[in-house]
Amino acid sequence: MTLLARAAPATAAAAAIFELRLYVAGETAKSIAAIANLKRICETHLAGKYRIDVIDLTKTPQLAAGDQIIAVPTLVRRLPEPVKKILGDLSNEVRVLVGLDIQPARA
Amino acid sequence: MLAERPAAPCKAPTGIQGLDEITGGGLPVGRPTLICGTAGCGKTMLAMEFLVRGATQFGEPGVFMMFEENAAELSANVRSLGFDLEKLAAQNMVLLDYVHIERSEIEETGEYNLEGLFIRLGHAIDAIGAKRVVLDTVEALFSGLPNHAILRAELRRLFRWLKDRGITAVITGEKGDATITRYGLEEYVADCVIVLDQRIAEQICTRRLRVVKYRGTAHGTNEYPFLIGERGFSVLPITSLRLDHKASTARVSTGIARLDEMLGGKGVFRGSSVLVSGSPGTGKSSIGARFVDAACGRGENALLFSYEESSAQIVRNMRSIGIDLEPWIERGLLQIHASRPTLHGLEQHLVMMHGAVRAFHPSVVAVDPISNLTLEGHDLDVKPTLMRLIDFLKQQQITALFTCLCSGGGATPEDSQLGVSSLMDTWMLLRNVEFNGERNRTIYVLKSRGMAHSNQVREFVLSDKGIDLVDVYVGADRVLTGTARVSQETHERTAAEMRRLAHHRRLVRLAGRRKAIEAQIAALQVEADSEAAEVNFANAQQALQEQTTQQDTQAMERLRGAGAAAGGGNGRMKERQFPT
Repeated sequence: MTLLARAAPATAAAAAIFELRLYVAGETAKSIAAIANLKRICETHLAGKYRIDVIDLTKTPQLAAGDQIIAVPTLVRRLPEPVKKILGDLSNEVRVLVGLDIQPARA
Repeated sequence: MLAERPAAPCKAPTGIQGLDEITGGGLPVGRPTLICGTAGCGKTMLAMEFLVRGATQFGEPGVFMMFEENAAELSANVRSLGFDLEKLAAQNMVLLDYVHIERSEIEETGEYNLEGLFIRLGHAIDAIGAKRVVLDTVEALFSGLPNHAILRAELRRLFRWLKDRGITAVITGEKGDATITRYGLEEYVADCVIVLDQRIAEQICTRRLRVVKYRGTAHGTNEYPFLIGERGFSVLPITSLRLDHKASTARVSTGIARLDEMLGGKGVFRGSSVLVSGSPGTGKSSIGARFVDAACGRGENALLFSYEESSAQIVRNMRSIGIDLEPWIERGLLQIHASRPTLHGLEQHLVMMHGAVRAFHPSVVAVDPISNLTLEGHDLDVKPTLMRLIDFLKQQQITALFTCLCSGGGATPEDSQLGVSSLMDTWMLLRNVEFNGERNRTIYVLKSRGMAHSNQVREFVLSDKGIDLVDVYVGADRVLTGTARVSQETHERTAAEMRRLAHHRRLVRLAGRRKAIEAQIAALQVEADSEAAEVNFANAQQALQEQTTQQDTQAMERLRGAGAAAGGGNGRMKERQFPT
């Protein structure tokens, strides 16, 4: 269950692609909410500048150690560095933006 | 000790020396155990040894989930204890999982749970079929995760989950100010709680362990000293040792023939404990050295713990009294462990001794001197420590000799024995006797349980020919040793010789007198004989005269021819003639 949304790198400044991984455990209400919230936030603020991998730990438990996952759902910002982790179902948009260090897009 | 009732929970043996004795067999199977204590008191070591011994001795694979150190650091740390985690990991007996949480990376938004941790742990458990799990220490999560409400709920779920999976788990926790652990983990882990503690007394650190709680089973409730030595963790439960050691009737020579003679002629019992006490310079160490020397000479292993001299110094010094220990060391029969008593706490010394005895299997052990152990502790502590040592040695049927230094000025050396003399089976006392401008050593056997022993004081002589005991001179009013004894003995020998000569002279004189008397007797006899002869002669002369007189009378009568009286006269004459 991999979602891919890639935008063409336009300029050097805009080349910063957000590489995000969302770890979930099964298709629970929290997982589904987290995936939906993440997609919405990325489309709103990072349109064309992000890539999301969703990893279900119940299917691939061996991947939990790599990103030091203990809580689910956990969103990991692998790029740009430094690595950031956001725990929870991402329901609070403002905190997600702060956590991912994203300037909110002027709507 | 405790697990005989069927209702008692099953125990997972830890394999840790002493801990299984205290807990009556180990930690509760399929339940979490909390180990808590201050920083550096050995929580991780205890947990790790539980896991490693489970894997190596009991065939139970284990997962070590660590939150503070990474796998490489931990492997390096426990390698000093002889645990090869990398090898065990390669054999799939141990799985190390490092959980790292960087608080600065983490942001929270919305609901979450620790399912990730469960999945990781579950995956690790399944990967090697683990029966044992260590979480060291989950408290790190409290500093990593901001939402403690979630964390607490999840930890409760985690321990429940571990129980449901039948995992024997060890959870470590930092000691709190008012509570057993800083974050109150004891609330969730209620089955077994072990508290580790380290205390500094007079600059020496002693670690102690206590089983605070063990649900559903009796357990040792005391504080037990423990240490982390070369072979890992060891706890010293004193009360679990019972007085049930065998009593051998075999005898062991002390190495000094005359001393054996004082001990019923055969030496001390095998497996007994011997105390040699005395003031400085009385030769205690020499007796100890001779004791191990004699054991090595019989081909037995001997162990000497020295708290005053180094190994080389002992070898050199003992050579001066004709005891050469070096060949025994080279042949591996003798081991000398020399250390300063202040190096460790008493318990650590004890554990070192335990370790050395277990590794070397000696038949005799000498400790020189036990009194030095008091330098770094209270006398109160020394006795139980020694009691444990003596009991341990007795159980191993090892004959032990302890020397003990009495304070020099003590009026009665019997008083200054650290109160340990009651633990000893045989007690020999060495004393200095100063007299006549010199100092001499004396020895006597104060007690020796179960055997006839001499009540005599002997002089103890150290020379380049070795150790010997000499009878002291016991006169009417004094005991003499050394040159006084020698001079007294010479004096006595001279006096005896004089008496012998005088006696001979008297005999000769008496014999002379008897001879003189005999001569007198002979002379008198001769005189008597001649007197008797004189008497006979006189008698004969008398008879002859009478005869002659009668014959004359008859002749006269015949000549006169008397008529009237002739008849009568005839008759009388016939009668008279007859007897002549």
